[in-house]
Amino acid sequence: MSRAPALLPLLSFLLLTILCNAFSPENPTDRRVLVLLDDFSIKSSHSLYFQSLQTRGYDLDFKLADDPKIALQRYGQYLYDALILFSPSIDSFGGSLNAAAILDFVDSGHDLILAADASASDLIREIATECGVDFDEDQAAMVIDHTSFAVSDTEGDHTLIAGDNFIQSDVILGREKIKAPVLFKGIGHSVNPANSLVLKILSASPSAYSANPRSKLSTPPTLTGSAISLVSVVQARNNARILISGSLSMFSNRFFRSGVQKAGSTINHERSGNEQFVTEISKWVFHERGHLKAVNVRHHKVGETDEPSMYRINDELEYSLEIYEWSGTSWEPYVADDVQVQFYMMSPYVLKTMSTDQKGVYYTSFKVPDVYGVFQFKVEYEKLGVTSLSLAKQIPVRPFRHNEYERFITAAFPYYGASFSMMGGFFIFSLVYLYHK
Amino acid sequence: MEKATDLLSSSQSLFSLKSLKLKTKQQELLLRISILGLVYILAFITRLFSVLRYESMIHEFDPYFNYRTTLFLTQKGFYEFWNWFDSESWYPLGRIIGGTLYPGLMVTAAFIYWTLRFLRFAVHIREVCVLTAPFFASNTTLVAYFFGKELWDSGAGLVAAALIAICPGYISRSVAGSYDNEGVAIFALLLTFYLFVKAVKTGSLAWSLASAFGYFYMVSAWGGYIFIINLIPLYVLVLLVVGRYSMRLYVAYNCMYILGMLLAMQIRFVGFQHVQSGEHMAAMGVFFLMQVFYFLDWVKHLLNDQKLFQAFLRITLTCAISVGAIALGVGTASGYISPWTGRFYSLLDPTYAKDHIPIIASVSEHQPTAWSSFMFDFHILLILFPAGLYFCFKRLSDATIFIVMYGLTSMYFAGVMVRLILVATPAVCLISAIAVSATIKNLSQLVRTKTKPTQGGSGKGTTSAKASSKGALDHSLPYQRNGAIALLVGAFYLLTRYAIHCTWVTSEAYSSPSIVLAARGAHGNRVIFDDYREAYFWLRQNTPQDAKVMSWWDYGYQITAMGNRTVIVDNNTWNNTHIATVGRAMSSYEDEAYEIMRSLDVDYVLVVFGGVTGYSSDDINKFLWMVRIGGGVFPVIKEPDYLVNGEYRVDKGAAPKMLNCLMYKLSYYRFGELTTEYGQPPGYDRARGVEIGNKDIKLEYLEEAFTTSNWIVRIYKVKPPKNRW
Repeated sequence: MSRAPALLPLLSFLLLTILCNAFSPENPTDRRVLVLLDDFSIKSSHSLYFQSLQTRGYDLDFKLADDPKIALQRYGQYLYDALILFSPSIDSFGGSLNAAAILDFVDSGHDLILAADASASDLIREIATECGVDFDEDQAAMVIDHTSFAVSDTEGDHTLIAGDNFIQSDVILGREKIKAPVLFKGIGHSVNPANSLVLKILSASPSAYSANPRSKLSTPPTLTGSAISLVSVVQARNNARILISGSLSMFSNRFFRSGVQKAGSTINHERSGNEQFVTEISKWVFHERGHLKAVNVRHHKVGETDEPSMYRINDELEYSLEIYEWSGTSWEPYVADDVQVQFYMMSPYVLKTMSTDQKGVYYTSFKVPDVYGVFQFKVEYEKLGVTSLSLAKQIPVRPFRHNEYERFITAAFPYYGASFSMMGGFFIFSLVYLYHK
Repeated sequence: MEKATDLLSSSQSLFSLKSLKLKTKQQELLLRISILGLVYILAFITRLFSVLRYESMIHEFDPYFNYRTTLFLTQKGFYEFWNWFDSESWYPLGRIIGGTLYPGLMVTAAFIYWTLRFLRFAVHIREVCVLTAPFFASNTTLVAYFFGKELWDSGAGLVAAALIAICPGYISRSVAGSYDNEGVAIFALLLTFYLFVKAVKTGSLAWSLASAFGYFYMVSAWGGYIFIINLIPLYVLVLLVVGRYSMRLYVAYNCMYILGMLLAMQIRFVGFQHVQSGEHMAAMGVFFLMQVFYFLDWVKHLLNDQKLFQAFLRITLTCAISVGAIALGVGTASGYISPWTGRFYSLLDPTYAKDHIPIIASVSEHQPTAWSSFMFDFHILLILFPAGLYFCFKRLSDATIFIVMYGLTSMYFAGVMVRLILVATPAVCLISAIAVSATIKNLSQLVRTKTKPTQGGSGKGTTSAKASSKGALDHSLPYQRNGAIALLVGAFYLLTRYAIHCTWVTSEAYSSPSIVLAARGAHGNRVIFDDYREAYFWLRQNTPQDAKVMSWWDYGYQITAMGNRTVIVDNNTWNNTHIATVGRAMSSYEDEAYEIMRSLDVDYVLVVFGGVTGYSSDDINKFLWMVRIGGGVFPVIKEPDYLVNGEYRVDKGAAPKMLNCLMYKLSYYRFGELTTEYGQPPGYDRARGVEIGNKDIKLEYLEEAFTTSNWIVRIYKVKPPKNRW
């Protein structure tokens, strides 16, 4: 996909051309969201969550997951920008929808929120697996934690977990710290180590394990400790964002409203952290935060303004680009001090951190190395949570032309002298030899 | 030659009628000029078979690069060409074209093109390129005539011109369309030798200067100039040793060496190598030796005392040799004098390349020559060559010593490498011409002794007979005259066979452009496979402008010239590591290969596959070389992994790594579904005559982009990395 745009002379950024399919590049936040439910009771039991989305301007379209009229696209155009799968027990979707169609939807740059619970079907598990997340294979298993469960009057099997093991990222979870633990009841998953794009947002405590709470533990559980992830996100290479949670009830009104007291802790929180947690995450998933674009990639020789088709070795050049972040409503300058540019041919010959004017413009200047070849200006900006920027612009570097070498070098004066004295000597010798008799 | 003699006799009778008044000398001159003119034309037209059979097109691999650079030269001018940095080959390293080629050929063709343009002939540069080699072959016949004349007599010169005009060993590299360095280089080589021999004979500075320029042209045209710069010193050395040292030799060699060296250093690709590399040291050593010799001669002249001189000689020689040895030793140790290159070693030791440099050994034209190809390329010249040597030894002169040395050394090199037959061809033709001419002259003299000279017989016989009327005759043998006639007839029969053989070889074997393949169909009709061009045009039309194509290096020049796309490696095999990386990718499993291809930004992979058509020089048959070259740099690739009991196979019994490596997968992808031959199971490989071992090939990281109509070229697209992983 990264090769798709053939208009490479102005290939300033791959990312936005891909996002064009889904949203307007100028307005990357999702608008139309399809919500697939097991039954409509979820619509009311999770109404607080849906309301928070609607008040933020999302257009939610609720459908039953086995509704035969579901279609993600019509005439090759996607009808939705994002998909929420709150149908953990569905065995096969209605209409033309299936796992492959959902994955295609993601691969064409759309977002997905997937919530499972103890009744998660194979279909849901398959989608999760394709996104790099493996739910516990034991169908009856739940995450159990005997030390950091949420204290409650009724439930005694410690499957209601008060999780506070968040990822440290302002971009994903918002600036405001989540004070109260998040209530979680559901299945755990592990993150595929081969997948570098998936992130654990909420992991279980070291004492957690995944097993069937109603039967005796006969064999050691396969998933234990903080290897268990409760909530994970994936930012795909095309910057489609996926949220996978092992608990559907985490989004429910009941969990939103209930207080929480973590076992062993004396602090009794009035409200659980769920509302803040899932709202902030959905802001991230729906591109209200952490979405960057890079524009106006420019490079030229120092003192010139036009972009050359080729550099010469040891040229001084200037490189600049502008990076903006989507704030949900407008493009704001992105301010960071860690954007680096590489001058790359098989390996980086120059690696420089770019300076910024705090208004989104990043710039630097450097000298082309004394090596010819086909180089690339590469910006590989991969920071936790934000859109990964991957810009590459090819530029050949040529050696000196025959007339660009330095002439009349002082160090060579003896050689010039030698040549001319030789010539003169030869001339005189010839004269003497021929005529002196 | 057959044609030549036919035409000759007719023209001869015509002239004899009209110009009866001409004197014998004038008649002879007229004859000679007309024979030469006809040979000149013959040499040109016999090379046009390829144009008749196919079309006016550039052949094979290297000529495409030459064509591309010539095009660039005519479009952008000389300075742009000189400074051309090509970013389309050897991605991402690039190649400084101007500094890494021998520009003689391109400049020659461009010069011809500009001249024709100036004369208002609106030719296309491609036609000029196609016809450059035949044109220079014609010029070579002229040089051969003068050389033969210099060596023996004008009769031998004419025979030499006729022989070289149609000798297959030379035609193989100079048919129309074979736009390669050798095309002009053989002309330059022979010209340099001729001028040098002339310079030695006359001791004239002018001839010597001319030979230096001939040498300069040769250096500008072909890397084979190394042969000249080593043969001439060797020749000088031999003359010194056998006591033929003379002032003529001193003048000829010194002038030629010094000026030739200065001129050769102007070629960027040669530059300081000419004074620094091991290959050129022999010439320099002989140059210094000449000075010592001259000095000794002078001292001898001054001293006039044999005993004293002997002592002086001993001291001087010891000093000179030890100084030379120390200089060479210090130079080599300090790295100032570069050691011999692998190519040079492999010439001296034919097994060297096989053991140490697989990239040289992998080229088919670098293989040791088989006897059959000597026979194929020289035919009767192979028998006449020793006879000619006999005549040369019988009449030893500076010139014949040279041709004997040229003949013997080049024959040795021709035995080491197939393609060096080309270098031996002029020598073999010249020496054989001496044999033919001398024999016929002797025989026809015998024939003519008893009767008055008649107009009958052959033109050649009479010409050479007229050229010299002296000769001691032995009257004692009976039937001598009849025997001579019988021998003459025999000689003409042989020469006729030679002409027939040459024509046949030219039309059947050496006129194929190898980019368009021809085969005989089931009904004897000609089937043309134009898959290469189909694939390259597909690349040109359907891939992004900056797409990078990975293929084995053989096809690199063609892809850049015809497909206009960037390649990773090409036929200029200057970077062994880069080629080994491609070899490694081809011989790895798909996932490992994918990593390598990603690191080289490869977008498309091109493989050549002959399983459908039975085309045997495809990538599967070249594959072991990829393994060897890849394994030479990356020891993870081991040749035994691809062999079963030392046997290379692609069927069910093949090694598992072989069945799953990238090259196998790309060659045989979807091939298992195809029935190629009636009565054979699907997936029957016609090039190797077996049913393939892995019919169910799944590609994970690549997808098929294009396969030509006869499956000869298959192009795959490298997929982008997975979205969610």
